[in-house]
Amino acid sequence: MIKRVFYLFATLLLLAGAPLPVSAADGFEQAIVQLTERSFRTKETAIVSIAESGDERALPLLKRLLDGDVRYLRYARTVVYAEKAEGGYRITEVLTGEELGIKDRREAKRVVINNALRSVLRRQIASLSLNSDAPALRLAAVREMSGGLDDETASALEARQQVESNATIREAIDTALALRDLESEDKALRLAAIERLHGSLEPVATLRLHDLAEGEASAEVKQAAQNALKAIAFNRDLSGFGETLFFGLSLGSVLVLAAIGLAITFGVMGVINMAHGELIMLGAYTTYVVQQLMPNHIGLSILVSIPAAFLISALAGIAIERGVIRHLYGRPLETLLATFGISLILQQTVRTIFSPLNRSVATPEFMSGALEINSALTLTYNRLYVFAFCLLVFAALLFILKKTPLGLQVRAVSQNRAMARAMGVRSEWVDALTFGLGSGVAGVAGVALSQLTNVGPNLGQAYIIDSFMVVVFGGVGNLWGTLVAGLSLGVANKVLEPWSGAVLAKILVLAFIILFIQKRPRGLFPQKGRAAEG
Amino acid sequence: MKTIAHRMKRSALALSAGLALTTSMAVQAADTIKVGVLHSLSGTMAISETTLKDTMLMLIEEQNKKGGLLGKKLEPVVVDPASNWPLFAEKARELIDQQDVDVIFGCWTSVSRKSVLPVVEELDSVLFYPVQYEGEESSKNVFYTGAAPNQQAIPAVDYLMNEIGVERWVLAGTDYVYPRTTNKILAAYLKGKGVADSDIMINYTPFGHSDWQSIVSDIKTFGSAGKKTAVVSTINGDANVPFYKELGNQGLSAEDIPVVAFSVGEEELSGIDTAPLVGHMAAWNYFMSVDTEANTDFIDSWHAYIQNDDRVTNDPMEAHYIGFNMWVEAVRKAGTTEPSVVQDALIGVSVPNLTGGYAAMMPNHHISKPVLLGEIQDDGQFAVVWETSGTVPGDAWSDFLPGSKDIISDWRAPLSCGNYNVKEKTCSGQNF
Repeated sequence: MIKRVFYLFATLLLLAGAPLPVSAADGFEQAIVQLTERSFRTKETAIVSIAESGDERALPLLKRLLDGDVRYLRYARTVVYAEKAEGGYRITEVLTGEELGIKDRREAKRVVINNALRSVLRRQIASLSLNSDAPALRLAAVREMSGGLDDETASALEARQQVESNATIREAIDTALALRDLESEDKALRLAAIERLHGSLEPVATLRLHDLAEGEASAEVKQAAQNALKAIAFNRDLSGFGETLFFGLSLGSVLVLAAIGLAITFGVMGVINMAHGELIMLGAYTTYVVQQLMPNHIGLSILVSIPAAFLISALAGIAIERGVIRHLYGRPLETLLATFGISLILQQTVRTIFSPLNRSVATPEFMSGALEINSALTLTYNRLYVFAFCLLVFAALLFILKKTPLGLQVRAVSQNRAMARAMGVRSEWVDALTFGLGSGVAGVAGVALSQLTNVGPNLGQAYIIDSFMVVVFGGVGNLWGTLVAGLSLGVANKVLEPWSGAVLAKILVLAFIILFIQKRPRGLFPQKGRAAEG
Repeated sequence: MKTIAHRMKRSALALSAGLALTTSMAVQAADTIKVGVLHSLSGTMAISETTLKDTMLMLIEEQNKKGGLLGKKLEPVVVDPASNWPLFAEKARELIDQQDVDVIFGCWTSVSRKSVLPVVEELDSVLFYPVQYEGEESSKNVFYTGAAPNQQAIPAVDYLMNEIGVERWVLAGTDYVYPRTTNKILAAYLKGKGVADSDIMINYTPFGHSDWQSIVSDIKTFGSAGKKTAVVSTINGDANVPFYKELGNQGLSAEDIPVVAFSVGEEELSGIDTAPLVGHMAAWNYFMSVDTEANTDFIDSWHAYIQNDDRVTNDPMEAHYIGFNMWVEAVRKAGTTEPSVVQDALIGVSVPNLTGGYAAMMPNHHISKPVLLGEIQDDGQFAVVWETSGTVPGDAWSDFLPGSKDIISDWRAPLSCGNYNVKEKTCSGQNF
């Protein structure tokens, strides 16, 4: 008796766990109810049966499930699509497409998914979108399938390869098929597969070849695998070198951007401006405000912020110069203290206006993601843009200082104030404009930094020390010095970081600069001639 | 000899403190019970601590609506230690000596707690501390309602190891005491579970670190060795945003390499775009998204009190909720607010938590908590993906560190010691 009950129970369990094969629409409808279960394992079975049901509603359902748009009604357990609306969610039934009005979050419960389910979803969506029209989707599909092919998926890929026109996708399919061939019984097939994976940077390829090089019976195959691994190691080192260089240059470009305004105010005018970091912060906050004003045009708002931030910071800079610094020329210690006070005032003002919490500045679509050179070397777009932007700002500044009347006057005043005044240059006017220029450039740096780090009241403090370091190392009063110093410090930092850690790398760089300044007090590119004597 | 002298000094102090208390109590009109709130309302920690001050005021207001305590009204006394550690000690002394508060709810950082510790011990008061911390402490006068490492870090690692099958570990943290101690405990724990040295990568970064390129790239390389890899993050505050941004940009998703954070909660996520973070995890003892009646009521009354429906609730708020209710319960049981009596009455008190269970005060002044693992969702909330089957009692002294393995804490008589070495059978007193 007990035994019979047990069997009955077991059969029931089996029925609940694995629905019997039924017609496509029925399978879909049955599986969909299981999505409302609490257990992630049940949901996983449901997702797989939905994907395999062949129902045309399957793909959109899986995609929206991945996006987190699928909910269910608390009591009826009807699975629905939910869109955020006033007072809750506007819901549409999945099965019938019928609109059911607006429900709040207590009635429309979310179908919770976890990481494991997310990867199952991605895999299923991939296999369903292998023949999609968008190349990016197809590539993602092939990548998802790569490394775990069975006969069915392999033949799907082979079929796809016949009609595929995109070269990158063909290559990805090729790698996926070669990975499968590595496990083939046929020695010639294995050798051919190794040949095709020669130098491939896919992590799966390395792992499989590694297994082959250790556990393979045939010496010939073993040797081939080892050679392929050597080629991979070489390619990887090359990519690693490129990556470190890129990281260094990008860190360097941030340093240059932060320091280049200081190179003008400190380098050309000789003012120790401790509020420089806060001028950068003002630029970052300007970006935030501009973005709040035009929330639907994130990309455009960044472009608008550049002149806006320049103006705001430049005006703030001119106000600081006219209000405080001009009374303190020739008294560096007092300038230092006064500008430090200004920096605290600016920080607290921002805290009062915008609250002490960090503000989030959205990244436009074209700046997120990465440019994939190969599987081991990816260059992130936001860093690439910041690097290009840094060079652009540098070129513009160089142009202003070397080719415009303002630049001429600035250089004249900084080299010999008395003589410049005798020639009819309004030195006070030039001072204010120079300081405004330096401050404005700091503001522009703030726009770039808002894309990389937190926009908060403490943003400026993080960069002030680094900025002074770059300017002093590069040689006071020399823009080229600032560029070279910033980039080389960035690269040095990134070369050191992997083996010394981030904390020690910073210390080592600082110690190096101290020693360097002992030896060459005027920095990398000292000013020469009479101007240098001041 | 020394211990006797020490004890005499202590009892003398307690006596004088007691005398001071009774005399001042007689002077004071005895119609209210004063509750001290010691949270920074200005400076760097104001971001986090202001919320806790508001939570306390809300709880006190609600208790008064229910008729107060022992027939008296509760009266909050709020002071502002301004994120300044020595000022915490001064303000605590002011609260106890001049304001005659019977209990203090306060502190956030470990250093502020260490600063207040000698004051509450000298004046024999009661402090409720609501934040997860590194452990290795148990004071007669402090009640720890936040998580000890065994209530947050260890279960999270267990989940990753057993449910996700993680074999390679990146322990990334900010360079200060909490991450260093936690990582030391975790590394010892992992090695005890048979994880090889080469499968653990430990990395520290300065406060507010913003250039994560090479570290994320290192993690990527470390994770491409064919074994499932996870990052256990004790990265503090600000530095998290650029860290997660870089993870997203370099294409590391939560499915490839999940990040489990111990310092990222609802409050930290509010105001940032969480779409790229979906699937990364956090381990806490409470999430706002937990679906229980008690929690829904708590969120409703919080929204009503703060008059803003967008405000989130978080783990330390629940800790204050539990701590406050425990204190109320203990005072009721003891029939007095006298700290030395309440200290004894608190042990064994059990009150409902917000996640549908009960929290009990252990003899080591830590409480029992459930441990929840949540995955970040695109609306800034966490979805609970795993929880411990019951509650986990807090362990003051970690079992995985060589220095504290043999130490236990039990404040019940006859042991009455927060630092008792079971091997040497000695109590090192409160000076550690």
